Formats: sequence, C-alpha cells, structure tokens
Amino acid sequence: MASSLRGDTADRLRLNENLLATSGQWFKNARLAAAERVESQGLPQRRDEYWGYTQPDAFLQKKIDFDVDLNSPLELFSKELSEVINYKNGILQEKKLPAIPGCSVESLSDAATLDNHWAGTVFGKLEAVGQIPVQRSLAALNTATASQGLLILVTGKVKKPIRINAVCEGTSDTIIHHIIKVERGANVTLIETGQYGARANVVLEVEVEGDGTFNHIRMQNGHEHNALTHIFGRIGTNSTFKSFTLTSGGRLTRNECILDLVGDSSRVSVAGACIGDEKFHHDDTVFVTHNAANCESRQVFKKVLRDGSVGVFQGKILVKAGAQKTDGYQISQSLLLDDNSQFLAKPELEIYADDVVCSHGSTSGAIDEEALFYLRSRGVPKAKAIDLLTLSFIAEAIQEVESPELADALLAHVTAVLEVR
Amino acid sequence: MGIEMNNVDVKDGVDADTVEAVRALSSTYKYGWNTEIEMEYAPKGLSEDIVRLISSKNNEPEWMLDWRLSAYRRWLELKEPNWAMVDYPSIDFQDQYYYARPKSMVEKPKSLDDVDPKLLETYKKLGIPLKEQALLAGVEAPEGERKVAVDAVFDSVSVGTTFQAELKKAGVIFCSFSEAVKDYPELVKKYLGSVVPVSDNYYATLNSAVFSDGSFVYIPEGVRCPMELSTYFRINAENTGQFERTLIIADKGSYVSYLEGCTAPKRDVAQLHAAVVELVILDDAEIKYSTVQNWYPGDENGKGGIYNFVTKRADCRGNRSKVMWTQVETGSAVTWKYPSCILRGNESQGEFYSIAIANNMQQADTGTKMVHLGKNTKSRIVSKGISAGKAQNTYRGLVSMHPKAKDSRNFTQCDSLLIGDKCGAHTVPYIEVKNNSSRVEHEATTSKVDDDQLFYCRSRGMGEEDAVALVVNGFCKEVLQALPMEFAMEAQQLVAISLEGSVG
Repeated sequence: MASSLRGDTADRLRLNENLLATSGQWFKNARLAAAERVESQGLPQRRDEYWGYTQPDAFLQKKIDFDVDLNSPLELFSKELSEVINYKNGILQEKKLPAIPGCSVESLSDAATLDNHWAGTVFGKLEAVGQIPVQRSLAALNTATASQGLLILVTGKVKKPIRINAVCEGTSDTIIHHIIKVERGANVTLIETGQYGARANVVLEVEVEGDGTFNHIRMQNGHEHNALTHIFGRIGTNSTFKSFTLTSGGRLTRNECILDLVGDSSRVSVAGACIGDEKFHHDDTVFVTHNAANCESRQVFKKVLRDGSVGVFQGKILVKAGAQKTDGYQISQSLLLDDNSQFLAKPELEIYADDVVCSHGSTSGAIDEEALFYLRSRGVPKAKAIDLLTLSFIAEAIQEVESPELADALLAHVTAVLEVR
Repeated sequence: MGIEMNNVDVKDGVDADTVEAVRALSSTYKYGWNTEIEMEYAPKGLSEDIVRLISSKNNEPEWMLDWRLSAYRRWLELKEPNWAMVDYPSIDFQDQYYYARPKSMVEKPKSLDDVDPKLLETYKKLGIPLKEQALLAGVEAPEGERKVAVDAVFDSVSVGTTFQAELKKAGVIFCSFSEAVKDYPELVKKYLGSVVPVSDNYYATLNSAVFSDGSFVYIPEGVRCPMELSTYFRINAENTGQFERTLIIADKGSYVSYLEGCTAPKRDVAQLHAAVVELVILDDAEIKYSTVQNWYPGDENGKGGIYNFVTKRADCRGNRSKVMWTQVETGSAVTWKYPSCILRGNESQGEFYSIAIANNMQQADTGTKMVHLGKNTKSRIVSKGISAGKAQNTYRGLVSMHPKAKDSRNFTQCDSLLIGDKCGAHTVPYIEVKNNSSRVEHEATTSKVDDDQLFYCRSRGMGEEDAVALVVNGFCKEVLQALPMEFAMEAQQLVAISLEGSVG
C-alpha cells in the first residue's frame, strides 16, 4: 500500500478532528488509533495483491458521481418477526431505540460523548487485530470517521431477531459502524436489510464470548451502489457464529469477513450467495484464523453471474500452530449463465498444525446440460428450468442459515428475484 | 537430520511407511561430497563486464551478447519478488561467482574420451552414465534396450553430450547450449526468449544476462526421439551460482521424453541456482519433461543449501500439442518454481504432476500455471506436498480460462501432509474463469474422485472411504512410475509415500 495518503483521504480524516472535539475519552482513543493506522498503512492500490480482482477506486475517489433512487426493497422479513431499527442515508431514524429483553441497544452517537463505555473493549479493537497480516485501511478509515451505528450488548437469549433496515438515496456516502457483544451464554440474531446508497462503508465488530451464539443475515439490494463491508469477529470458547449474505443488486460490492477463533470448540460459518447482471461486481473476501483447538469453520459461497458480471472469491483458512483438531471447509462455486461473465477465485489454506482437516473446493461452469435436458423433457420451459436449477444452486448456500423461517424467506426472495429477471 | 523426526509425534492416520520414507530421504544427503578439481573463475560480482566475459568464454556471436546485455540492463530495473511464502536472507548478488569451469575444460575436449577423468569419475559416482551404453545405476541392460543420452553440466559448462551421433541420424539435435548458439544460430534466434521473455521476471532476467550453458534440443517434424534425453546438473564450486538455460523444440508431430537431475555438495553458504527452461511444442507434438530435483537442502539448522529460483514454461503453440511436467522435489533450501503451460493451440493439453517433500528448514513454494487460450484445451494438476521438521511447503498455482478458450477443462487436486507440528503446508490457488463453456474444478473432494474407479472399488466390496483413499493415494505411485527408469533408484525411496491423513 502507498505510504502517503491521497488528498481526499486526508480530507476525510480531517473530518475526524471535528468528531474528536465532541468525543468522550474511550471514543477519542479508538478514533485516534484508527486514524494512525490509516496514515501509516496508506490506502489500497490497484496493484495490491489483496485487491487483485477488485479495483478499489470506487471506494477511494473523492466524489461519488451518481445518484441512486430509492426503490422500495422487498419486504421480506415481516415486521412482526423482528425488532426493526431504521436508518436513512446513514442516519438513525428512531427517536427512541426499542427496549429488547435480553439486550441493550444504544446509538453510537449517544455513547460517543461518554468517557467510559463497555464498547471501548471492542470498538476499533477487533478491526485493529484484523489489519494483520493483511491491511484493511478502509475499515480503519471507517473506525476513525464513523459517527453512526448501534452498540448492542447481548446479555441473555434474545427471542426476536434485531433488524437494522438502512436505506439510502441520492449521492449518499454513508459510514456506519456497529458493535455487537454477545456475553457468556447469550444469543442473538441480527438481520441487515435495506438499500445501500451511492457509496457505503459499513463495519461490524462482533465479539462472542464463551457459549454465546451470533446469527447474522444480510440482504444487499438496490440497483446501483458501491458497498464495502467488513465484519470483524472474535469468537470465544464453545460459541457459534453464523453469517449469511444474499446480494441481488448493486454495482460494486465487496464483503470482507475476518474471524478470529480464539476459544476452543467454537463453530463458525460464513456463507453467501449472489445473483448479478451486467456491471455487477461482487467480491467475497474471507479470512478465518484458527487460533484455538477443536474448532470448525465453514465458508460456502455461490455466485450466479450473467451479462458481463464478475464474481470474486478470496477465502483463506489460517490454522495456527497448536490449533489441533481443526475442521476447516471452504467451497466457492460459480454458475456462469452466459459467456461474458467471469469468476475469479483464490481459495487459500495456510496450515501450521498437523492434526487438522481442511478442504477447499472451487468450481466454475455453465448450467448442467443434463439436468436442463431432464427438466425440459418433463415439460418445463427452458427459462423456468434454468431458474429452477439456479435456485437449487443457491439453495445449497442458504442451507447454512440456522433459522428455517429465515431460510425460507431468503429462498422466497431468490425465487422472486429470478422471476423478475 | 533424523533427530527432529525421530522424536516427533505423528498424528493418527498418517501412514508409517510414509514417515519412514521421508525420514530415510533426509537422513543423509548422498550427493554432498565435492570434486577436488582446478577451476577457473570469472571475477566475483556482477556487471556488464562479467556479462561480456561470460559471452566471450562461450565464443558467442555479437547478437547473443547484445541479447544478454539488454537483459542485464533490464534486470537492474527489476525488483526481487517477495510474494512467495519463503524467507531467506537477502542475496548479495555481488558476492558470488557467475562463471566457473574446470581448467581442463578451457579447451573443449573433442570427445568424451578426452574429458578429465576426475570429471568422468564425478558423474560415475553420481550414477550418471557418460559412456555410450545402456547403463542404469550399475545394472547393465541387454543390448539395444533403453538408452539415455546425457548432457552433463558441471558448474558453468557442459562437460559432454552422449549419443550425439546416433541422435543425429534420426535428425535430433541434442547439444549444449553454447554449441547450439554456434551451430544452429537460426533455431536459437527464433525460439530463445519466445516462451520466457527476457524480462519475464527477476530471476529469468538475471539468467538471460548470465546463463553460461545448458541444453538444446530440436526434434524435427514427425520424429519420435529414439531415446530419452537427459541433462544432469552438478554444482561443485563454492560461492558460485549456476545459471543454465534449456530450450527444447518439438516440431510438428514429434515426441521426446526429457529428464533432468541435479545435485550439489554440502556447503555452509547458500548458493543460487536460477535456471530457465523453455519448451516449444508445435502441432501434434508432445514433450514429457521430468525432473528429480535433489539439490543440497542445507543442514538441519538451515545452514547452506541451494536457492532454487527457476522459471520453466511450455508453450503449446500447435494444435493438439501436449506437455507433461513431472517433478519430484526433495532438495534445495528454498524452492521457487512454477513449471507452466501456455495452452495456445486448440485441443492442446497440459499436465503437471508434482511431489514436493520438504524437511528440516527447507522451504518450497512451487506449483504451476495453466493458461488456457485455445479452444478445447485440457489441463490437469496433481500436486502432493509433504512437510516435516520445520519445513514450509506451499502449492501456488494459476488456472486461467480466457474468453476464447471455449469448452476447455481443468482439474486440479492438491493435497498436503504434515509430519509433526512444527512445519507448515499452504495452498494458494488462483482460478480465473472468463467463459462459461469451460469447466474448472479445484481440489479432490470425495465426489471429485473418478466415479468409475470409485464404483469399481465399491463393487468389489470396499468401503467408500477406503476406496477414495486407494484412488487418491494410488496417484502418488502413479507419478513415481511415470518417471523415467533412470530416476527409479532415487524415486524408489519415495514409493512408500502416501498422502493418508493429509490436512487439506
């Protein structure tokens, strides 16, 4: 990465100076440290190995050059099913945050003025750990400049999922940073829905303490957007972390997920599916570090690509010395519906322990002609048959979702997306 | 060396014979002796003058010197690559010799009979037959059976090439590179640097500037080379880098099997070996290229050993051309090597089979590139990496399907095995698919194992897991059996290797 910053980043960091004036001590410390990380690391460049398949330009340019319309996203998870918290153009819309049994929810902007806060042990901390060995300066930039986000402390078993519904329009350039801490034995499901604006930089830091459970479902809709998301997770002993992302719109999306398994016997799953056309460029970059024994990690990604769209998968399983009995699994598959689209993958393993099993697979190809022939011979029209096969391809990734209701809702959404194509 | 491994706890499921084989392989380096011989060196260091000197030692024409000089100037602008997962002290390129030849070779001997007996003795001790007879590691084969023509490269020069006359009858040219520059300048001009361009990468560019000798092979149209060809590389001199160049051209419809072996004495100071191998394969031709790489790996503390930074590439220019790389990598302190296939011709085929064993402090970063450009091209990659001691073993590979490479096919399988908990095994595959009629599959999962073979085993009452193990592990032996007989002795120890209990 470049050692010097481009002018616009300095501008963005200057923004940070204004924020600092109103920040309490914990927040000030976190922001200053993050700003230093950005300064010392510089921003990603096209020639960086880590950005080999996705050009970072859209996230770096000073001004975003297009407007987005707000098209009402499909209401896929009913309001009754979850506690909804709304954001518009990057700003929290709720005057009062809901009281949810088993957890506390605060807004970052409120907590920022306090001198001490529980989030101080998480905010920017997991992101900082996630800078090694690969620098993710745009996440540090988020930490240094974000003023919006939720701080969720989960202390018990939260029954209803918490849904953050964030919509954007116009030339909005949003920076949001959420913190979730799941205390010992607690569990929660977080859903993210909505529509990104012209540009979005979203960071989620998730700490799961011993015996905790965190489930995450994310929907990425909207016609045009440039979205960069990071999830930084620290997973404790005997805990569960599951994240699933469905992307069915947007121009450029890069979802990074960096998990550090620090306690023995934890289970994590990072999965996703996407469907895209034309200028659609979708990048899943996952880095799972096994730092403890007897853990299981899964990465399952499916990409359906058409009309010149590009799918990228960069996944890595790092098994540190001593992380014995690790079970790592990684699969990335693309379905190329025509001859213009591209699938670029780098499924990586780095292993320093001998008693482990890590498998990684990656396949790419067109729709299975035999399966297509079978369906057609049963009287299914070609277009419908292709949709069915596409759906079954994606369904394998949706199987990673813990809750059957949510999985069904996702399948229904995929079906709807395929129908309107 | 054995010390590390004798005390190591090996996880359940790892085949005991494999551990024993790896142990035996690294317990002694058999080729670590050196030949006391009077040498002539170029002055230490690297400069334009050294490049000129090497060129003049080889009595090269002007164009060859110009080619070298442009490479040297380009090299000065390049940066040493650092992306490989290897770690070694930075190389002082001015603190080594770039040219060393035995004094007895100053006047090139007319025939092998005139070669310094000490040199002949060296090859005899290494088990390399420099007499024109079918001699395999001490076992005399019946008349008329397998013959192997050998080009023996000792430090910077080719000592001699056997069976040249007999090969010439078939139209095959097999000679040292320096001879080829003199005797077949048109062929050399046409193909040199056409597969690995001068400024391809740091080490290839360095090689282009200072390569001293190597082997040249031309198989004319329609000729099946009557015997196996081989080059044996021996580094003997201290503080000397070896930079050789191999260029093989298989004209239309021809076939050749080429083997390569290499060893070096035990020395405390690491030595650089930066070679370039270029293969040109025209319509319907086939090259089978086998390597047993057994450079000195350094001692158990990582002292000494060869830095093996090699660029090998095959250009399948012709339609239906075929190349097969087989490598057994057991030596070298640091390996940086990616024998690649450019599948340019329609229906061309590339195969890469590799067994890499790293022990003690060895580091290997090796793999292949399969670049599919032509229609209906096929490639297959099978890589087995074994790490023991404190070694790091990385598979790094690229499979690229270009938009025009319609209906192409790749299958990749790479397995790693760790013996002990202080070593590392890594896999860094790059997969780039830019059309949808091609299929790319990476890594053997149970379902990817050949269904017919699996079905056969299952129908004989074998459990699914056993059947998969048999099919997958059977492969290791397949690779070894694919090696030419000459390497059978070296490969024999490896036959016990199985990848049972592999990590990923």
